[in-house]
Amino acid sequence: MKPNLILHVIAKFIIPLILLFALYVQFHGDFGPGGGFQAGVIFSAAIILYSLVFGLENAEKIIPHHWLRILASLGVVIYAGVGIESLFLGGNYLDYTFLGSNQIAGQHLGILLVELGVGITVASAMLILFFAFAGRGRE
Amino acid sequence: MGNHISLLLVIVPLIAAPLVAVLPRGRLPWAASFFVSVVCAVFAGIQLWSVLQGGVISYELGGWAPPWGIEYRIDAVNAFVALIVAVIAALTLPYALHSVEREIPEEKIPTFYSALLLCLTGLLGITQTGDIFNVFVFLEISSLSSYALISLGKSRQAFTSSYQYLIMGTIGATFYLIGVGLLYSQTGTLNMQDMANILPSVLHLNTVETGFTFIMVGIALKLALFPLHLWLPNAYTYAPSVVTVFLAATATKVAVYVMLRILFTVFPQTFTIATPADELFIVAGMAGVIIASVYAIYQKNIKRLLAYSSVAQIGYMVLGIGFATATGLMATLIHLFNHALMKGALFMAIGAIIYRIDSCRLDQIHGLGRAMPWTFGAIVLGGLSLIGVPGTAGFISKWYLVTAALEQSAWLPVAVILIGSLLAVVYMGKLIEALYFKPVTDNRKVVTEAPLMLLMPTWCLVLANIYFGLDTDLTVGVAEQAAAILGGMKP
Repeated sequence: MKPNLILHVIAKFIIPLILLFALYVQFHGDFGPGGGFQAGVIFSAAIILYSLVFGLENAEKIIPHHWLRILASLGVVIYAGVGIESLFLGGNYLDYTFLGSNQIAGQHLGILLVELGVGITVASAMLILFFAFAGRGRE
Repeated sequence: MGNHISLLLVIVPLIAAPLVAVLPRGRLPWAASFFVSVVCAVFAGIQLWSVLQGGVISYELGGWAPPWGIEYRIDAVNAFVALIVAVIAALTLPYALHSVEREIPEEKIPTFYSALLLCLTGLLGITQTGDIFNVFVFLEISSLSSYALISLGKSRQAFTSSYQYLIMGTIGATFYLIGVGLLYSQTGTLNMQDMANILPSVLHLNTVETGFTFIMVGIALKLALFPLHLWLPNAYTYAPSVVTVFLAATATKVAVYVMLRILFTVFPQTFTIATPADELFIVAGMAGVIIASVYAIYQKNIKRLLAYSSVAQIGYMVLGIGFATATGLMATLIHLFNHALMKGALFMAIGAIIYRIDSCRLDQIHGLGRAMPWTFGAIVLGGLSLIGVPGTAGFISKWYLVTAALEQSAWLPVAVILIGSLLAVVYMGKLIEALYFKPVTDNRKVVTEAPLMLLMPTWCLVLANIYFGLDTDLTVGVAEQAAAILGGMKP
């Protein structure tokens, strides 16, 4: 790929901001607009931008493919695991109230963890899709 | 534990699916999936038993009370369907070990089992939930994973048939969702019980009728009701053998269940009878039985032959729904169960043939029955059940279906059911003739009997076909209760 100075500089400047914004959307999701799905998409957008500017090989060095697979699975396990945890604590499935010392703390913690799981799975699934299409015809 | 079993039935395969996907290659993914399917079958059995003992189970997800939260509501109807799905899964997985190693590339095997478990999650979820929108979510889980499963077939046509199913299935799911949206706009609830309470006061509105129509067309696409069946023959033919067994025995059955729920639990029964829906079901059912059976006779591919036969069998089930009587619903539910047994057995036997000769063309299997006597025996007995010979499960379902038709003095459907059975004699006869009576083609290598791991699940289902043809306590007993719940009446 021909190096393009402007693209490189702008991308280097903007990618950390996108990642930061993704984390904001992720963890502020229970107070304002946002949540795991949106955050996951924004997070993966940063890495997709990186691979568009710096090449697919470099992007795959940051996140190897088998990691993505594990992460995509991990997110689902976190989500379902939170539900199982509340079962063990004596509540119904996904009844967050039982996770904390009082109802508000429990509901807060529960939705935070569940959205974290959603965010991880969405981000890695988006990247798996991107790499699957972008990597076609390489070999 | 108590009520948690109804939830674990869905959660155990859901949580196992991502774990199986990251397991190392080898037999570990299979072993884990097999374990999960057995656990589900046991849970489904306990669930049916406790429903029959103690009535309806209601489970509030997240502790939110219905109608605001999602409710799992299990009565005899869905406990029965869930048991069918879980037991078929538990029988399909031992069968899968060798068949999958032969048909699926090694690096895809963990993902294959993961998708199979997700499909199981979706199908069980549809049966468990009492929330009309939640049905859509699980419908998508099961559909998306089955598109992926079908596309893993060996031939290139697997991609196109999977894509065809994706388009048709998505249209079906979208129609269902549009219908649910319209009903929600008028009732303000998504809980089935709550909606059933509110609907009678808004039934006269056009929006409700439109919503009803959208939902019915959407589900009819998913259950491959003639003439919306076009995706089914290709999908069943080109899918891997295991996937064909599993989907043929479960997926359409679950769609029939959703149709029953909407028609008889969510909407008042009088609504179905007042609209042309019931007449349409009878017409579509009759056309499906005759036309799909005739199509089956002319097929050159044995999997496609059985796929068309499946479309015909769905016709029988829809006939029972169309009668809208207690006996009709019983016939539908009994046939739901029995058809899962017979098609499961037949597709497993066909899968054993494919395992040995790697082909499912009718002219490649000449004389194979003598080389594979046990597989051939399974096909003969499964075929007899499909035809409806007394002493097999197929006879019981046809008996109740004919009784339901006679109760209404509907002579045309009676004739159609009998002609359909005769047509089944013709296409199963064609299969058996090719397998046993045609001379062996010269240029074929010597074929031996299929391995035991393929034969045992097949024969489990074959023997179940005979058992449930003789002892109908479970099927008829449960179907009677279920029909009473759906129709709110005694037969």
